[in-house]
Amino acid sequence: MKALGMILGGKRGAMDLLVIAALIFVVFPLGLDIFRLNLVGKYLTFAYCAVGLVMLWGYGGILSLGQGVFFGIGGYCMAMFLKLEASDPISTAHQTTPGIPDFMDWNQVTQLPIFWEPFHSFIFTLLAIVAIPALVAYIIGVSMFKRRVSGVYFSIITQAIAAIVTILVVGQQGFTGGINGITDLKTLHGWNINTDFAKYVLYFVNGVLLLLSIVLSKLVLSTKLGRLLLALRDKEDRVRFSGYDVANFKVFVFCLAAVISAIGGAMFTLQVGFMSPSIIGIVPSIEMVIFAAIGGRMSLVGAIYGALLVNYGKTAFSESFPTLWLFFMGLLFIGVVMVFPDGLSGLYKTHVEPRLRQILRKQGKKTVSSKTSIEKAGA
Amino acid sequence: MANKIALSIEGLTVSFDGFKAVDDLNLYVEENELRVIIGPNGAGKTTVLDLICGKTKATAGTIEFKGIELTRLPEYKLVQLGVGRKFQTPSIYENLTVLENLEISYPEGRSVFGSLMFKRTPEVEQKIIDTARMIFLEEHLNTQSGLLSHGQKQWLEIGMLLIQDPALLMLDEPVAGMSVVEREKTAELLNRIAQGRSLIVIEHDMEFVKRIAHKVTVLHQGKLLAEGSMESVQSNPKVIEVYLGH
Amino acid sequence: MDGYSLSDLFSIVVMQGFSGLSLFSVLLLMALGLAIIFGQMGVINMAHGEFMTIGAYTIYLTSKFTESYLPSFMPYYFIAAILASFVIAFGAGYLLEFLLIRHLYKRPLDTLLATWGLSLILQQVFRSAFGAREVSATLPDWLMGSWKPTPSIDIPLNGLFVMAMSILVTGLVGLFLFKSKWGLKVRATTQNRIMAGAVGINTKMVDRVTFAIGCGIAGVAGACFTTIASTGPTSGSLYIVDTFLVVVFGGTASLFGTIASAFSIAQAQSILTFFLTNAMGKVVTLLTIIAILMMRPEGLLRSKVRR
Repeated sequence: MKALGMILGGKRGAMDLLVIAALIFVVFPLGLDIFRLNLVGKYLTFAYCAVGLVMLWGYGGILSLGQGVFFGIGGYCMAMFLKLEASDPISTAHQTTPGIPDFMDWNQVTQLPIFWEPFHSFIFTLLAIVAIPALVAYIIGVSMFKRRVSGVYFSIITQAIAAIVTILVVGQQGFTGGINGITDLKTLHGWNINTDFAKYVLYFVNGVLLLLSIVLSKLVLSTKLGRLLLALRDKEDRVRFSGYDVANFKVFVFCLAAVISAIGGAMFTLQVGFMSPSIIGIVPSIEMVIFAAIGGRMSLVGAIYGALLVNYGKTAFSESFPTLWLFFMGLLFIGVVMVFPDGLSGLYKTHVEPRLRQILRKQGKKTVSSKTSIEKAGA
Repeated sequence: MANKIALSIEGLTVSFDGFKAVDDLNLYVEENELRVIIGPNGAGKTTVLDLICGKTKATAGTIEFKGIELTRLPEYKLVQLGVGRKFQTPSIYENLTVLENLEISYPEGRSVFGSLMFKRTPEVEQKIIDTARMIFLEEHLNTQSGLLSHGQKQWLEIGMLLIQDPALLMLDEPVAGMSVVEREKTAELLNRIAQGRSLIVIEHDMEFVKRIAHKVTVLHQGKLLAEGSMESVQSNPKVIEVYLGH
Repeated sequence: MDGYSLSDLFSIVVMQGFSGLSLFSVLLLMALGLAIIFGQMGVINMAHGEFMTIGAYTIYLTSKFTESYLPSFMPYYFIAAILASFVIAFGAGYLLEFLLIRHLYKRPLDTLLATWGLSLILQQVFRSAFGAREVSATLPDWLMGSWKPTPSIDIPLNGLFVMAMSILVTGLVGLFLFKSKWGLKVRATTQNRIMAGAVGINTKMVDRVTFAIGCGIAGVAGACFTTIASTGPTSGSLYIVDTFLVVVFGGTASLFGTIASAFSIAQAQSILTFFLTNAMGKVVTLLTIIAILMMRPEGLLRSKVRR
């Protein structure tokens, strides 16, 4: 029990988790209709990337501008599975080649590409959602960190990778669905994912997985590796000259962030019903950084608030003042750097918490005031 | 002292764009020896330490430690062999406590998996407390290390090396920025920890050097100028020329 | 290649070579400003592309102005407009350094995020001011048409112009960095800020003006691009990844490296796009750059320095 408390970050950490859990599992489902709830579920899938970035950037000091790629890998893996299920020979009988996804047929592809084949299996798909991003991150990480590519160079290169992947996905229409992505997803093992009931179920699964990723991250941070990450961020040379192969730790946290993002991507596909390159490129990838920054780059729970708020803002603004949104987003980037570098969690700690404590103390005093007032009078 | 040689450097050269910061240097350090390297600014003292600990790669020459060639090994392997290095400005993790600083330096759980599984056993705790006592920081175990005084930070970094029990310990200006009392304590500390290992210290404070050095090496323009006891070096005309000449 | 005669093949090679060379000039022009800001000062400016757009819109506005009020000045306005785009981009850069960048010199990753935010704001400013549609400046006659040394070779004049401009600007930047006293101050400041200050260099001013010059050069680059492409609010952001890769690939501290890198990237890309599709050519080029960067993290030309 004590160990668990340590992992969650003591009483306060547990409290923070409890509040966000109540928000996700009670307040939102009771307060919002299914359309809005589904939207919240979509925002929460971006929170996975923000959680990954808190680990990678906040604790590890490594800023990846390519997290959208991993989100995309997870999302596309899931989408490929669902698309294959939706493209059974009977419902695609009108196509030139029945049994393959519709966009392939439109692009004169006559046979299912070999890398699509294993996605007939759900088990394989689930494994792929975790294993492929981990492998890709491992390859990128090893080749960069072992060569001591770091800082802005890493950021620029990951951004270039996001650009490459987007060009590739858009360019290979016949295999990927191109700019439209993979759409018209219907069932998961025969279970219609577009019903309201399914949407509720998926929303809850999504919330549980998100909180589990946070607990997992907290678990990692509670070990020596967590302290090493902080040490690395501040004094890389000292860590290296204390006998650590620094690159391995960076690779680890990069892979962890990649896997968490990919799970978010898979949940995105399930809840939103499609996957497209517009969610994985340069712009969405850097927006994920702002979710983490707004929440507070060192705060795992903050990442959720950041993702929720910014995405809500985006939806609200683009409905009523579409031109203002970019201004606002730009100001968020500048503000979070110049004015409140610790984001919401920092603001909470410096402004809300002391006041809360004051109020609590006052109330506490009232109940015991009868005693203390006498003592005070004596003093 | 008929001790075995622990570290032997032969023909060590490094050039940066043609400028030879260290030029054909030979240096031998025995076990249980406390060697002090002195020399005017730009003599190549820090570069020599950089070369030994692998921070800078040598252009030519060999560095042999306990019979193993060091010049091709990555830094972390050198540390695992028992080479410890303190930097010129105290290099500690300012956001972590003294205890956590020492714990990170504890030579176990150095792989990714190992660090995930690492547990603060009573044994580890004892070693941390012992080390903290040695570096006069016993009272400060739970202090955030950024709040320590400059001298205490220097000690902490020495402690972070000591906890690894290195066979060769290199200290770059360990008493810089220390008060007189702190210098006294550091001199004691260095004399105590020189038992059972070799120490290389770079220092400018001659009074301090006198108190600790077994043997002194004088570098000048990347080359060895003189070597021997403090007295013999101080009376060496070449050394006087370099220090007072210009 | 059956249907082609020998002279046809020759023409293809010449024109392909030329298209590679014009891509080279474009990349080089884009990268020069960044080579100063990122290469020399180590500051990362994600809004660099928007400074190009500033230059491009300056050309557009001057062309409209000249067309309506000074039609007789039409053949000459372009030269004046290029100067104007330098001045305006310089001014904007000066302001940006003062308001934002100078607070962030020690936080490169934060600079990256803040300047990205700025680029979003600028894009919206452009969109509000000039509309979302792409616009084109009316070019003077001497930039239109093409040069035909043989009947089957056709080399556009605007391409030649961009090429000439890139040579000119490269020369000026080279002189600025390595021959002028200012360049010496810039290098002194980046290499040892404290010492530079101690010997009487106003390092803050050096930073500000150098940053502004880099932005001004971006403006000139944007101005030149109006001769070959139209301008939209997001035109600049399309270039930013390529531009950074050119500078990083060249080795950040070396102007010659930037030239070499722009050249090799441009040639590779134009040859690859000839054989593959446009998209694939780009993908292969970018992947190659990244692969090479992983083997030589300091870029093509690195200087061995003591750190």
